[in-house]
Amino acid sequence: MPSRDWNATHEREHMSRTAWRVIAPGSLTTVQDRGRDGWRHLGVGRAGALDPASAALANRMVGNPSDAAVLEITLGGPTLELPQPARIALCGAVIDARFEDAQNRVHAIPCGRPVDLPAGLLRLGAIRSGLRAWLAVVGGFDVPRVLGSRSTDLRGGFGGLHGRAVRSGDALPLGPQPMHDLVEPQAPAWWIALDTAPANASPIRYVADGIDAAHALARQDWRVDPRSDRQGLRCSGAPIVAALSERISAPVAPGTLQLPPDGQPIVLLADAQTVGGYPRLGHVVCVDLPRLAQLRAGDALRFEAITADAATLLRRKRDAELARALLAIDDRLQRG
Amino acid sequence: MSDSKVGPRPDIRFELLADDAWLIAFDTPDASIIDPETNARVHALAECIRTAAPGWLRDLVPAYATLAVFFDLGTTDAQAVRDWLGTQCVDDVADAQADASRAIEIPVRYGGAFGEDLDAAAAELGIAADTLIARHGAALYTVAMIGFAPGFPYLSGLDPSLALPRLATPRTRVPAGSVAIGGAQTGIYPRESPGGWRLLGRTPIRLFDPQRASPSLLAPGDRVRFIAIDDDAFARLERDA
Repeated sequence: MPSRDWNATHEREHMSRTAWRVIAPGSLTTVQDRGRDGWRHLGVGRAGALDPASAALANRMVGNPSDAAVLEITLGGPTLELPQPARIALCGAVIDARFEDAQNRVHAIPCGRPVDLPAGLLRLGAIRSGLRAWLAVVGGFDVPRVLGSRSTDLRGGFGGLHGRAVRSGDALPLGPQPMHDLVEPQAPAWWIALDTAPANASPIRYVADGIDAAHALARQDWRVDPRSDRQGLRCSGAPIVAALSERISAPVAPGTLQLPPDGQPIVLLADAQTVGGYPRLGHVVCVDLPRLAQLRAGDALRFEAITADAATLLRRKRDAELARALLAIDDRLQRG
Repeated sequence: MSDSKVGPRPDIRFELLADDAWLIAFDTPDASIIDPETNARVHALAECIRTAAPGWLRDLVPAYATLAVFFDLGTTDAQAVRDWLGTQCVDDVADAQADASRAIEIPVRYGGAFGEDLDAAAAELGIAADTLIARHGAALYTVAMIGFAPGFPYLSGLDPSLALPRLATPRTRVPAGSVAIGGAQTGIYPRESPGGWRLLGRTPIRLFDPQRASPSLLAPGDRVRFIAIDDDAFARLERDA
């Protein structure tokens, strides 16, 4: 793939509005940003990308603010028709990506770097390791903000594109697009290293509540139950037996570890409901929630209890690493 | 408020709910029973924190006997939030909260196709359907919390004689607006969803609309009354909605 003058061309060319046509929707493709805050007391959950850091990296590579709306792709990606050139970036799990130009020539599209595409068909295929990837486009996906966010609330049926996953025939509106002519895909000679280590290579860390059952979680292996979704990752394994009565409903959060009567723990994720009655075992620390987003049905996983202080240190380290990566991207884009 | 710094309250407990959230749990006479007085204190503390409006506050979720406080990790940390919370709102302000509550009337068409379980529920309780309707409509309810789905109010204040167990097998589709009893509570399904509560009737009023500036008709702590309406009123109100 040839390189081009990578200096931002956006300023000197006029901007236009356009939309991508969804030719095939993929397994579960939703518009997500950082999610919504401030409405949990009315039963509205956060939603948002399951890996906000990957979404932020993809956004910055196309020159967007970190919180612009992206597409969250699950397992199998969508086929999208681009009526005009656009800069895109893919982060998260590595996904098979092909581009078919107007002359029906097919180009392989790399992940983890910005790619300028001419008009044509973007065919996102299988994710072979991991489960989810995030696609950013310059200008962002310009769906209306609902309750302060462009994220899709799948359970509430609002936000994102018509409150649901994308379907064939949908038009995905984009923010302002810089116009430039382009004949074939072009990418710079640099890229960011995506974390391709299996998400279950090390234990998922959690802060345990002060009950025995909370520590039982770490004493055995679990598998990801096929009923897992954006609301919760369900674990299956030898049931945790605990004499815990259901409590009157209390608030829950993304990360909350619940123990239903069947003894099979659930980790709540971004689409978590706002209150729940199951006993609580603790919470998965926020730095490890994106790893859960990459686990598939049947994958093995283990848990490890850590202290709240250790969780704070992990988060600070992660935040610093992300800030450095974002700066490095900005720097690269400016240098061209 | 700043002059009432007497340190952590003995009657509340802090639990870390997430890296970015504290759960404040109130001592309550029996943790498995809904206690209206405890719930009033939850709403009072929520109101106090909301009024103080610290810059790091992202979400404030009152429930029956607990209050979740979500904070912005970009501007504060868990310890600082806990220290601040421990010095807030020591006075019992439940009375002021009750005065401030709005009393909202919810029109309901009881029975028939609108409330499929009404007759069976009345039979199970050993009372006439009209009696069930009258008792359900006589009470002044409090929105103890909102959850399950956006805008779904859990209402406390149900006449204890109307408590009904949930269905053994939940329905896969409960119509939007359904007014129902589940255990010792009553509630309203804002949109079509699965559900196991016993359906008494339906309201034509739209409880939740994310496009409205104030998306939920009801807020935690609000007071609610049900008003029985007939088919004509239902049709008219449904048109207006």
